[in-house]
Amino acid sequence: MQDKPVALKVLDIVSIILLGVSTYLALVFAPTELVMGDVQRVFYFHIGTAWTALLGFILAAVFSIIFLIFSRDLKWDRYQVAAIEVSLVFFFITIVLGSIWARPAWNTWWTWDPRLTTAAITELIYIAYFMLRQGIDDPDRRARFGAVYALVGGISAPITFFAIRLFRTIHPVVIGGSNAEAEGGFAMTADMRVAFFFALFTFTVIFIDLYWNRIRLGDLQEKVEQLKLKVTL
Amino acid sequence: MFLQPTPDTSGYMIAGYAIAFLTMALYVASLSMRSRNLNQDLTTLDEMDKSAPEKPGVAKTVTKKDG
Repeated sequence: MQDKPVALKVLDIVSIILLGVSTYLALVFAPTELVMGDVQRVFYFHIGTAWTALLGFILAAVFSIIFLIFSRDLKWDRYQVAAIEVSLVFFFITIVLGSIWARPAWNTWWTWDPRLTTAAITELIYIAYFMLRQGIDDPDRRARFGAVYALVGGISAPITFFAIRLFRTIHPVVIGGSNAEAEGGFAMTADMRVAFFFALFTFTVIFIDLYWNRIRLGDLQEKVEQLKLKVTL
Repeated sequence: MFLQPTPDTSGYMIAGYAIAFLTMALYVASLSMRSRNLNQDLTTLDEMDKSAPEKPGVAKTVTKKDG
């Protein structure tokens, strides 16, 4: 395999540094929220991972459109798979952090609130995406089915995002609005905002880094598949 | 005067961050392992490809394709 490009090596290191700084800002720099205590600090990583995950799912839907309408090049399929895989990992972290926060804030690990339900459905949709792909051997057919599935699945991302703004829910709306029924909401101080926006930036960079690494893995996989065919022929 | 003390929820916070870091570490390890395995496969297949005798049918097709 070709060596990692210097830019990617730099991005790997920058991602680790940013993660360290972001953790410091979330755990030390940001003040303790008076009503919930330290558990509120999971909010920074909760939103950071959620933002990048939903962005990744939408990105995958865009690659699906490109593949289905403009170009049948299998590279778009690899880009799509990479985006979904990284997003799936990030969204898993989002859900787990949300559940951990909910235990002291709502007195339960889980409730079938519209936001939590749509988030769980989104995660399951994309787990099923990989199961679907596993069941199809022909690469072109797999890419076509995957693209259609990712396109339809992509609708779940904006639904999850807007669930707390459209439906009656106990999930707080911290950014850009408020929710009368919300339990566990809080107003961000200036220091909290610094930690929050830095976490958003950090997870965006980490996403790009992991995404680039995952695309390279997909390219390598493709190369191995091609060589396997050549050797067996 | 009637303010309630801030609850100690640091255990939840630690658990949350531990799971977040562990998940990211596992994913990076998974990427690294898959990459290493594929590189090994690539090396083996490369060797097989080089050591295999040239098949006339395949060579013919390639020549024809190349023009």
